[in-house]
Amino acid sequence: MASVKEMRTRIGSVKSTQKITKAMQMVAAAKLRRAQAAAESARPYAKAMANVIANLASGVSGPSAPLLLGGTGKDQRHLVIVATSDRGLAGGFNGGIVRAAREKIAELIAAGKDVKIITVGRKGRDQLRRQYGDRYVESFEVGIKPASFALVKPVAEKVLSMYRGGELDVVTLVYSTFKSVVTQTPTVRQLIPAVVEKSESTAFYDYEPDEDTILEALLPQNISVQLLSALLDNQAGFFAAQMAAMDNATRNAGDLINALTIQMNRTRQAQITKELIEIISGASAV
Amino acid sequence: MADKILFDLVSPEKLLLSKAVDMVTVPGSEGYMGVIAGHAPLVSTLRAGMIDLKDEGVDTRFFIRGGFAEINPTKITVLAEEAIPMSELDLAIIDQRIIDAQEDEIAAKTDADRIRAAQLVDDLKLVRAAF
Repeated sequence: MASVKEMRTRIGSVKSTQKITKAMQMVAAAKLRRAQAAAESARPYAKAMANVIANLASGVSGPSAPLLLGGTGKDQRHLVIVATSDRGLAGGFNGGIVRAAREKIAELIAAGKDVKIITVGRKGRDQLRRQYGDRYVESFEVGIKPASFALVKPVAEKVLSMYRGGELDVVTLVYSTFKSVVTQTPTVRQLIPAVVEKSESTAFYDYEPDEDTILEALLPQNISVQLLSALLDNQAGFFAAQMAAMDNATRNAGDLINALTIQMNRTRQAQITKELIEIISGASAV
Repeated sequence: MADKILFDLVSPEKLLLSKAVDMVTVPGSEGYMGVIAGHAPLVSTLRAGMIDLKDEGVDTRFFIRGGFAEINPTKITVLAEEAIPMSELDLAIIDQRIIDAQEDEIAAKTDADRIRAAQLVDDLKLVRAAF
């Protein structure tokens, strides 16, 4: 059995671990609030953008539609963008996204498609590189700042230049939707060709300067916006998952400390009793 | 002017304003245009410039750095790349945008990008002159 001294050291180390997890939980909670506000305030723009595109798309369809909207008409070369966080210690958050991505990739490969991968976030890169290293195009890091257009821009540019260069037919994004603080769902969403929701209005729009110019500007912007809103969702989800994970860790550390303390007290008491018996039996022998 | 038009101004970061107003003036790509309720459906790209709201005789102004406007008879939605309320705007901000746009112009890889950046510089200079 471990000595009292060893156990005391062990309790000390668990206690300092608990302090760290507690601090991380509080930091995550504070950051979550900011990330959640950012994710929510980015939604009206994405929604308004989807609306405009839905209205426009009802007017243009068929072979004359722009590539980003109508697609190339083929379904052979796929790009999967996997958005995760840079850091771990967030329970199953990144694992869930990576699992969804793996399923999607495996499904595409099984169907005989060419699959390429771009990752945003270090965790996704680390976990997917081992398995699909040869399919890698590029990986981007998220950094510690809240997601912004500056962060999304290089990703969107890379995707668009590949698409315009005729290297791709379909682009899919895998990320985690932030439903609430307790639920984040890994989501697979098609980015290109644009998935258009049913338009609300049936009005015929005039276009200034003209339809092509507007779609030419609007569709790439839409890619950035969708990426941005996915990354903002991811960040909020990450902090929520980290908060929950660290809360659990803090509680587990507390349980461990209690158990160890009881064990240590028992051991110490046993030792004291033993010494007393020795003294008493020594005295009675005299 | 009994009817008001619902005006939404959104930037990628947030919804800045959602309000019924008498008239909205936006910097359309073909020139400034005033929009009141009952306007024909229109989608337009926007230049950098000022958005002017008139409501009950009160003017509210926003600076936007390009974007889109979707207009239908009851509603106008402005999707701005960046929007700053007039009260928070000063010359330093505009100057910074001009410098950024000039850098973009130099760094542009394609003619289309260069023309777009040059256009942005010109528009921003007009905003600055009018400020």
